[in-house]
Parts: sequence; structure tokens; C-alpha cells
Amino acid sequence: MKFERYGIGIAKGMALTFKHLFRPPITVQYPEEKLHTSKRIRGNELVWFPDRCTGCGTCTKACPQGNIQLMTHKDDDNKYIVDKFEVDTGRCIFCGLCVESCPYDALAMGLNYECAKYRRRDLVLTKENLSISTDHQPSAYYRPQFEAKLPAQSLLLYNREIGGQKLKFIPLSTRKRGPGA
Amino acid sequence: MPIKTEPFYLNIGPQHPSTHGVFRMRVMLDGEVVVDVEPVIGYLHRGIEKLAEGRTYTQNIIFTDRLDYLSSMTNNLAYCMAVEKLAGIKVPERAEYLRVIFAEVMRISSHLMAVGFFLNDLGAMMTPVLYMWREREKILDLFEMVSGQRLLYNYMRIGGLSQDVPAEFMPAMKKFIAEMPRYVDEYDQLLATNEILLARAKGVGILPRETAIDIGASGPVLRASGVKWDIRKMNPYSIYDRFDFEIPIGQNGDCYDRYWVRMQEIRQSIRIVEQALKQIPDTGPIRADVPLYIRPPKGEAYGYIEAPKGNLGFYIVSDGSIAPYRLHIYPPTLINITALRDMVKGWKVADLIIIFGSIDVVLGEIDR
Amino acid sequence: MNLLDQFKIWLVSMGWPGWAAYLVPAITGIVVIIAFVLTVVIVFIWWERRFLGRFQIRTGPNRCGPEGIFQPIATAVKILLKEDIVPEKADKILHFLAPIVVFVPILMLFAVIPLSEGAILVDLNVGAVYVIAISSISILGIFMAAWASANKYSLISGMRAIAQMVSYELPVVLSLVGVAIVAGSFSMIKIVETQNIPYVFLQPLGFIIFFLGALAEMNRCPFDLLEADSEIVAGYHIEYSGMKFAMFYLGEYGVALAYAGVITTLFLGGWQGPLLPPILWFLIKVMLVFSLIVWMRATLPRLRVDQLMSFAWKGMLPMAVINLILIAIEVLIIPHSLQWAMVILNFALAAVLILLFSRLFTLGGGRVEV
Repeated sequence: MKFERYGIGIAKGMALTFKHLFRPPITVQYPEEKLHTSKRIRGNELVWFPDRCTGCGTCTKACPQGNIQLMTHKDDDNKYIVDKFEVDTGRCIFCGLCVESCPYDALAMGLNYECAKYRRRDLVLTKENLSISTDHQPSAYYRPQFEAKLPAQSLLLYNREIGGQKLKFIPLSTRKRGPGA
Repeated sequence: MPIKTEPFYLNIGPQHPSTHGVFRMRVMLDGEVVVDVEPVIGYLHRGIEKLAEGRTYTQNIIFTDRLDYLSSMTNNLAYCMAVEKLAGIKVPERAEYLRVIFAEVMRISSHLMAVGFFLNDLGAMMTPVLYMWREREKILDLFEMVSGQRLLYNYMRIGGLSQDVPAEFMPAMKKFIAEMPRYVDEYDQLLATNEILLARAKGVGILPRETAIDIGASGPVLRASGVKWDIRKMNPYSIYDRFDFEIPIGQNGDCYDRYWVRMQEIRQSIRIVEQALKQIPDTGPIRADVPLYIRPPKGEAYGYIEAPKGNLGFYIVSDGSIAPYRLHIYPPTLINITALRDMVKGWKVADLIIIFGSIDVVLGEIDR
Repeated sequence: MNLLDQFKIWLVSMGWPGWAAYLVPAITGIVVIIAFVLTVVIVFIWWERRFLGRFQIRTGPNRCGPEGIFQPIATAVKILLKEDIVPEKADKILHFLAPIVVFVPILMLFAVIPLSEGAILVDLNVGAVYVIAISSISILGIFMAAWASANKYSLISGMRAIAQMVSYELPVVLSLVGVAIVAGSFSMIKIVETQNIPYVFLQPLGFIIFFLGALAEMNRCPFDLLEADSEIVAGYHIEYSGMKFAMFYLGEYGVALAYAGVITTLFLGGWQGPLLPPILWFLIKVMLVFSLIVWMRATLPRLRVDQLMSFAWKGMLPMAVINLILIAIEVLIIPHSLQWAMVILNFALAAVLILLFSRLFTLGGGRVEV
């Protein structure tokens, strides 16, 4: 531990702050610039594949809170038809245990992180909201088959560039919902 | 004619810019000199130990994330070690190395936050916080790449990890570790030898060696008082006996020593991660073969690690079913807080805040 | 002959009666000064937030208007629209009067700061002493605010305020007298006119002492323990909101502008400069001094109250006295044409004194060996 005297310690600190004046700021101007999130992001909703789900209920048993509600009835082939599949995203902690436990790969995490709603009852997502569609895509958390379609993550280490792809400035008028450009 | 004065109670209440969390202190002041301190806790109690009795062992990992929410990988590690000790599960090699890498990088992040806010309490107006958070942001980006979230990871499982790291992780981690020593030198240049910091923090809030051992302190608080005690060296768990690192020890036990010990521990963690990155096997299983619902045999086990704040332990009693019979958490910060009254008596109000900041408290751990 | 006097003489020659020829220039001068102060304070608020942000590797506010120039106006509107809350146990009269007692002396300070060649409201021949005397009145306002708030946090802050501001008056006055000895008068315009070499080179130790003392009088970092955010949560203005808080807020930046103007006049050569018009030089120098203040705010932690007082009484006061004696001796023995010799001599003496005092005086009260 070497100490400074005569005010030199203060001068060294001030010199360092002065040096920082010449470094560009690392602020991201949200919402015009958005970062590419990780491919494995545990986003704010679930994505459900209706043709793969068999109504077994493993996800409902795996959830620590009991957020998932599943109601099925048996049809003629002795298979389950799913009547109601609801997830209360207001109570969900997005831990991903339900995704890990599904044996048929019928459930995945979502990509969205901007899901504010005006009413609390809108946070309960029904099976129509949760089904896979063109603007409701799955993330690659525990599902490596979806990794290829997602963009690379922007890391501060590479100063927000990945392979030469800088952040693009998205004007407010053409901004779509969801992350990425 | 002497002027009559009397001491008065000041309530540094649960909502205050610099109690790190919801922590309340009833302070008895005589002018500016502190006469007595009474901490009041319990504002963040969520009943984790009781909630854990109704959930399976894998589901309890999410509760351990939320204890010391600034270093959640190490909490996961301690809990998983306790259950593995009880059930006799052996963790594969690559998983052990990855666990060590994540735990040490988590230690760097937690210490950066602690030191940054200690300097902010001193009055440096968020500048050291923002410089240190630039590095912490890089760490959080790496963890987001691996587990999907930035703060509460839920990444370690009983028997290993939940998924393997992606291909971009290793080059990025190597670049981060190569760049980090230069930034640590910059933090030292900013404030480590500043005369005002020395005047405020040196000799202030001394915790003598015998008192620290008597109350059972652990972590940087104990090491700053001159006691050479680190569980990674004394009682190595996981694969820490394969790495070569030192334990920094302070001399006086004052606030400056606690700050200095944390900065040196960041450097030692960088050393450990460098060695681990060289020794890690390239392929291998990530998780041991465990059933979906783990039923450990009847008995009890205590798993403890050197968390960034101290000696974190989980005590599990199992009765053979899928949920624990009892889960008890031994938080290091609750034990370190018991020294607050001895450390603060006789100092001033301004010193009370920085002594409290140098213990490095996270209320999620104290209140559980 | 300053501009207002010329304006008065012109009015008398136009045939105006005596009292009108006195009143109209006075009111014009006051209006110009208030407009100047409010405009430059708004620029200061914007500049401080952007500049502080650049030190901290972030941009400051940049959403309100291009590059955020309407942000201070948005701040002012927000503060004005807030409800004015008075605590129940507070002393109503003192609570009401305190912001006024704090703000008005700051405006009165601008009467003796020359903005340009001849642009001064009144050219007192004790201008520098007037500055010190008037700025001491705000201390009373701060203590009124602290006492009348019926809040223990603001009481602690009020006690610290009196101790701090009283103990830093003396070094400031003594370094001011050093400047006046070399200049030969206390009048602000005379001090500027006699500066062929700016006094910052001629008396470096005097500049450092005055600068640190001014920082303490303004409650800026590293002496901002009156409003230490992390300990006493906004200190003496903790129970104020609405327009009264706006007066404290404006007063803080106003006194920064006033002291920056005083430092520019006394030490940096006022409005003198080669090419540009004098008012521009004055503004550039004021911005430089303010940037230095912001730079210190971005870097340094704050002192504790007893360390602050021991720094003032045991460190700065002896140095100020020795500085005064040395300058008096030099003025006697060195002839006026050899002023550059004074520069070299003073720099050497400043270095020796700082080294000597750092050896003898440790901020921790000698508790630990540094």
C-alpha cells in the first residue's frame, strides 16, 4: 500500500477523470437504438406449439408458483385435447423450469421484453396469445434448434459490434414491436 | 455557564439513499457523535425457508437466486453442493471448471458493486460507480449469453449446470480477462491513493482481530482485520485445490482495509479464472445423471462456500421425499452486522454511513 | 467612468430632472443584471449536467430540445408546478423568509462584478470587501431554513453550515487582501486594470486558497456536507418544495456564477484579452472556472465536518497569513518593472509552503502514519 502526499493523489484522480472526457460515451439511445439480446433470453412470455403438446401437464407440475393452468378432455382416440392453457405472466418469474421439463419440446420462452399492459387482467395469456406465429417467436433457451434464426448478441466487450455489424438507428416511424432491427 | 445538551434519537429509516436496501437504524446522537446504534431488520422478509419446504429440490434453486441477489451464481453453487453432498452425486469435470469460472467472475462483479457504492457513500458523486459498472455490464452481458437473464440466473442445477455454454462464450471470456487488469489499475489510480479518501477511511471503524473472531465474522470483513481465513484455501471445496492464488490480508481492520482487500480479491479472482480457462477440458458432460425428482437418503448435510460476502452455508435435512424437510440458510452478512455497534461507537454520523457501507450488506440475505 | 454614469450624464444633458436621471439608469442596470444572471444560470445548469455526464462516460440530458438545451427550463417548470408543503410543526414565518434571505444577497453580489469594460452597476472603492460582507448574509438564511424545518436531519445540516461558512471566511479575506496589496486598491475595476500579468501567476498560493475557500462558501464538492446526499438526504432544504426550493436551487447556481465572476475579476484578468470583445472574454473565463468546479465535483469525495474545520484553521489560515506577509514584503522590495521576478519567486515559495504544510499537517489528525 503506497500512499501519496502533497495533493498528488487528488491530482492523479483528476487526471483520470480528464482522460475520460475523450472516450466516447457508452450510452445506448433507447428506443431509437436497440441492442440485440442474447439468443437464450428468457423473455416475457411463453411460446406454445399446439401440434406438439399432448396435454401431459409436466409443465404445470414443474412451475414453482403454479402459474400454468391446463384443462383437457379426452377425445375418441384416447388422446388429450387442450381446452384451456393459460399462463399468468403477472406472477411468473421466468425461471424456465417449465421449458426444461417439457418432454415433447412443445414449450419455449419468448423473445419479447417490452410487454407492458394497461390492465392487470391482460397479463394472463390464453392459448391464442401463446401459440407460435410470425410475431411470436421462440428463443433458444434450452431449445438449440431455434438458435440459427436469431441474430448474434451485441456485447459491450466488442463495443456493441459483432462481426462488423454496428447498431442501426431505427427512426421512430418505422419501429416495429419486438427487439432487433 | 455550561450549556445544557442532551442526546436525541435519529431514525435512519428504511427509505434512505444509502442504506443498501431497506435497513433501519435507530441512532442515538450527542451532537454529531454517535452514542448508540440499534439496527432493525425484517423489512424484506419473504419466508424463503418455509416456502422451500413445499417445493422440490430443483425448484428451490430459484429461491437461492434471490437471497444475495447481487451474486446469485455463488448462492446456487452453495445450495447445489449441499444437495450433492447429501445425495452423493459426483459432478463431471467440465461442469466443475465452468462452475469455478462463473463463481469467480460473480465475485468480481459483486466486489465491483460493493466498492463502487462504498465510494459513492463517501461522496464521489457516482463517478466510481459508473466506471466500475462499465466492467460489470460486460460481465452481465456474458452471463446473459449463457443463461438468458442478467441478474437472477437460475443456471446451476443439482449435478452440474443446466446447459452448456455457447461457442461464442470462450473467446469473449478470454478477451474480458485479458482486458480487466488494466481497468483495475485505473480504479486504483482514481481513488485508492486520494488524500481525502485516506482521511475519511483510514483508522475509522476499526474491528479488532479478537472481536472479529469472537463474533464469527467472515469474508473480507474478517480478512481485513488480519485473520488469514479463506474457505477456498483452508477447506477446499470443488476443485479449488488445483489453482494457485493468494489471500489478501489487511493490517488494521478499518474501512480502508476492507476496501483494499476487496480490490485485491478482484485481482486474485482474475488469476484464478485465467488458470481455469487454460485447464478446462474442451468437451464433456455438463450434468451428472440425476432423476427428474431427486430423493436424497434420510439425513442432513451442510454445504458451505466462500461467497463474496463471506461464509455462506445451506443446512438441509431430508426425510427421503422429493422436498426438503428443513432448509436453513446461514447468511454471512447477518453475522457481520452484529459488530456494527462496536465499530461505530464514538464516531460521527458521516462515519456511521461509510462504516456500514464498508461491511457490504445486501438485505435479501439478512432478511431472507 | 462606467457606462451607467455616461448614461446619466447624457440624460441630464437631455433636460431630465435630477431624480429621474438617477433612477432610470439604476433600474436599467438592475434589469440587465437580473436578466444576465438568470440566462447564464440556465446555461450553467445545462453545462454542468452535460459536462458531468461526459466525465462519467455517459451523455447528459439530450431529449428535451436539440442536445437538451430546454432541459433546465423543463426542470424549472417542474419545480414550479409542485405543491408547496409546509410541515405542521415548522416555524411558519422563518420557513417562509429563509429562501428570500438566502437568495437576495446572491443577487446583490452582482452589483460589483464588472462584466465588460465599464459595465458595472456601481464602482465602489471597497468592492472586494463588499463581496465578502454580502455573501455572509446567506449563512443566516441557511440556518433559518435548517431550524425552521422541524426536522432532525436539517438541524444537523444547519449546525454544520454555520461552522463551515464562518471558518472559511478568514482565508478568503486574507488572500483577497493579498491581491489588493499588489493592485493598490479594493475597487474591482482598478484591480482588473492593473493586471498586466494575471494575478493567478503572480500569486498562485493566493489563488489556491481563494478557490478552495470559495468552494467551501458555495457548498460545492468536496465541501458539500450541507447537502450530503448519502448521509442527511438533502440537508437544510429537505422540507422545501415548489417555488421555495426553486430559490435554493437557483441560489446555488447563482452563487457559483458570482464567485466564478469574482475569481475571474481578481485573478484571471477580468475582461482583458487580445481579439474578441471583452464581454466574450469574460464569459469564456467564467465558463473555464465553472468547468474546473464541475471537474472537482466529478472526482473528489467529501470531507467530514471536523476534518473540514481543521483544514481551515490549521492548514489554510496559517498559509494565508504567511502568503500575505510574503506578498507585502515583495511589494516593498521589488520594483514595479520587475514583476516577472515576482512570478518566479512566488511559485517557488508556494511549492515550499505546500510541501512544508503537508509534512506538518495530516488530515487524519495525526491518527495514522501516512
